[in-house]
Amino acid sequence: MGFIEKLEAIDRRIIFVLIALAVIIPLILPIGLPQRVTPPVKNSYDFIENLPKGSNILISADYDPSTLPEIQPMAEAMIYHCFQKGHKVILMAHWAQGVILSEEAVNAVQDDFDIEYGKDYINLGYKAGRTAVVLAMGSNIPETFPTDTYGDPIEDFPIMDGVKNFEDIDLLISLSAGDPGIPMWVMIAQSRFGQDMIGGCTAVSAPQFYPYLQSGQLIGLLGGMKGAAEYETLVKRMGTATSGMDAQSIAHLVIIIFIIIANITYFVLRKGEKEI
Amino acid sequence: MKKQIPLIVTFITALIIAVQYFCPALSFLQERLTYYVIVVSIFAYLLGIFNLVSVHINRISRERKAIFFSVPLLIGLATMLILGIGWGIGDETTFNWFFNNMQVPMSAAMFSLLAFFVASAAYRAFRAHNTQAALLLIAAVIVMLGRVPIGSVGFLSYLRLDAIADWIMTYPNMAGQRAIMIGAALGVVATSLRIMLGIERAYMGED
Repeated sequence: MGFIEKLEAIDRRIIFVLIALAVIIPLILPIGLPQRVTPPVKNSYDFIENLPKGSNILISADYDPSTLPEIQPMAEAMIYHCFQKGHKVILMAHWAQGVILSEEAVNAVQDDFDIEYGKDYINLGYKAGRTAVVLAMGSNIPETFPTDTYGDPIEDFPIMDGVKNFEDIDLLISLSAGDPGIPMWVMIAQSRFGQDMIGGCTAVSAPQFYPYLQSGQLIGLLGGMKGAAEYETLVKRMGTATSGMDAQSIAHLVIIIFIIIANITYFVLRKGEKEI
Repeated sequence: MKKQIPLIVTFITALIIAVQYFCPALSFLQERLTYYVIVVSIFAYLLGIFNLVSVHINRISRERKAIFFSVPLLIGLATMLILGIGWGIGDETTFNWFFNNMQVPMSAAMFSLLAFFVASAAYRAFRAHNTQAALLLIAAVIVMLGRVPIGSVGFLSYLRLDAIADWIMTYPNMAGQRAIMIGAALGVVATSLRIMLGIERAYMGED
């Protein structure tokens, strides 16, 4: 077996080891590659930046731990930005596990601010029902979520004063890892109730939300770890997404090198077959 | 009657939801119905738990190997239920500790394995067999490099891969996605009509 044949039949474990090294080494020894901010992320940042102080921002944590490395940094950076601007944050989730993750995101940033539960932020928790929950929220949020995630009546919390339905929400952010997530919010909260909305999603699902951006149904979109890293750059709070982008860059480069090698071997072998 | 009642309920419910969209005076009916859906969804969770327990108890009684998978699953389910209901799900609770120290790393580990399989699959299958495959390959390489910081450093910065990647995402990608969305939406409308009119009865257990 010649070199090209050996290369074609390379052991997949070698690929695994090289990918592991491509991820681990930049995480241990960061390169500090520059971050370019894309328009969908800048639009998201600008919208939150320009909202009047004290605006109500509803953040729906529609994700679970499997997508945590991509979406949790977005949650932290956006919640940080909201608190920085003095906005009120109302958390909820269409994914049961998103409740704790959104709480963890607040915990990660709250030391930088003088904030109080019930006054500056609240966690309404998880409610089963998907589209029915969004429709019900369009009519009456306190009736849909009579208690917060800890079972306390939401009328006891000053943050919920004057919040009846989507008309009292200045911005909706859906951090979504799938369904239910951004499409459901766009279809009901945005299209039907005219709710201003920003999306955050995994990199793999970002391409499917570009039509919403073009139509103006989404003000902005944060796609994957890169979107989170761009947002961290804008709020000047470097987190796990920024450090993770070095690793992602090198991993992409290694995969591209693999693809190029695979195609060279493919064409060399095919040329050899034709000559025979 | 066993079949007709569900069909009548489906038809009337669907009609109310469809009509109230154009007639806001009837929106109170939709509000009531959406609360019913939320209540039914909660019962669906209970049904799911009973089903899961029943399936795995049967499996344990039939297969010896199932002990390694089904028993930990049932123990995990019972543990989290007891901890959550008994001591709450707040910040300093044992439920939260289990979630953060077991479920989070295990779920993240499962998802991160994708990177290895994607790399291996790309090496084995991503070949420029024909013109379409070559176009897909070129677009993928540009987007993969253009969407990460390394695509904008050194000599790569002269290629403006980031701008080309943005263009691919904003125009060809969006056009394709929109076509898929419109097709799917038309399919949803057609299926909804079939369910409403009783033509599609799979939800009642029929083929």
